[in-house]
Amino acid sequence: MPLSAGMSFLIIVVVAITTFATRVIPFLVFPKGKEIPKTVQYLGKVLTPAVIGMLVVYCLKGTTILSKPYGIPEAVSVLVVAVLHIWKRNNLLSIGVGTVLYMFLVQVVF
Amino acid sequence: MSEYKQAFKKAFPYTIPVLTGYLFIGIAFGVMYAEKGYSFLWAILMSVMVYAGSGQYLAVNFFVPGISFIQVIFLTFMVNVRHVFYGISLLERFNKIGKKRWYMIFALTDESYSLLCTTKVPKGVNEAKFLFAISVLDHLYWILGSAIGAIAKTLLPISSEGIEFAMTALFVVIFIEQWMESKNRIPELIGVVVAVSSLLVFGANNFVLPAMLVIVSLLFVGRKQLDKEGAVCR
Repeated sequence: MPLSAGMSFLIIVVVAITTFATRVIPFLVFPKGKEIPKTVQYLGKVLTPAVIGMLVVYCLKGTTILSKPYGIPEAVSVLVVAVLHIWKRNNLLSIGVGTVLYMFLVQVVF
Repeated sequence: MSEYKQAFKKAFPYTIPVLTGYLFIGIAFGVMYAEKGYSFLWAILMSVMVYAGSGQYLAVNFFVPGISFIQVIFLTFMVNVRHVFYGISLLERFNKIGKKRWYMIFALTDESYSLLCTTKVPKGVNEAKFLFAISVLDHLYWILGSAIGAIAKTLLPISSEGIEFAMTALFVVIFIEQWMESKNRIPELIGVVVAVSSLLVFGANNFVLPAMLVIVSLLFVGRKQLDKEGAVCR
């Protein structure tokens, strides 16, 4: 372990509280019986897909494009996940095959 | 008690897709955390207390000497900020539920959110207990997956390089699921295009906050076109 048990536990507690905070905020701002403004309802609807789009980019932010392996493992694996998922709509299959393929590409091929 | 038993029995088939998905990305988390030198008990502890896919993947990087708590809070908040908006879509449904809703708010992950939003409660079962059962089952799968991953890493010395791709794959899968709902396509494209632009301008370590601000601004600019349908929860 790179850190002491106490310090490690403290990090977990801080991450847990911060994560819970993001989930509980709307329920504190709009408790039972309070009207939810139209603007907030609108954001609730459109921000989720936009953030999911951003998160895909976030996951791929470390990809090396200008030098070897030119982002090929990422591009191939994302494509395989997408095609498999559109075809079968099975989470485990899409995630499982994509991840094993990526591991194979970065460990063995490139 | 039998009412709970019935709720869990009825809820289980609906949670099978999350069971499979969570086992895999939970295993990936367990492996990554074990690589840092933490035993499966630590992986279980984090999965019980935090319960966040991408949040816990990110958190693995915090266990280095000299990490600042401000940074831990900021990064965790940024990666989970979307959850603020999940709650907004579930306000009405959750506000009907009693004290159990505090646990369900804690357990509001990407996967539980989409399940709670899309599942129709079957007849003859208490709605609050049924939704609660979904939340508890999902949480258990996540804990189980992380424990398996951490134990497997200690027993089998195989190289896990690249296993973090499970998170990318998960978000690609969620992206496609959202894409199937045609009303989500423009927001999704805004998210991707703005994030890529911001990444090119600000670099990998600083692009999330500017991207979020531009995304929210664009969503407001395009409100007239995007705000056509009334339902908040999918």
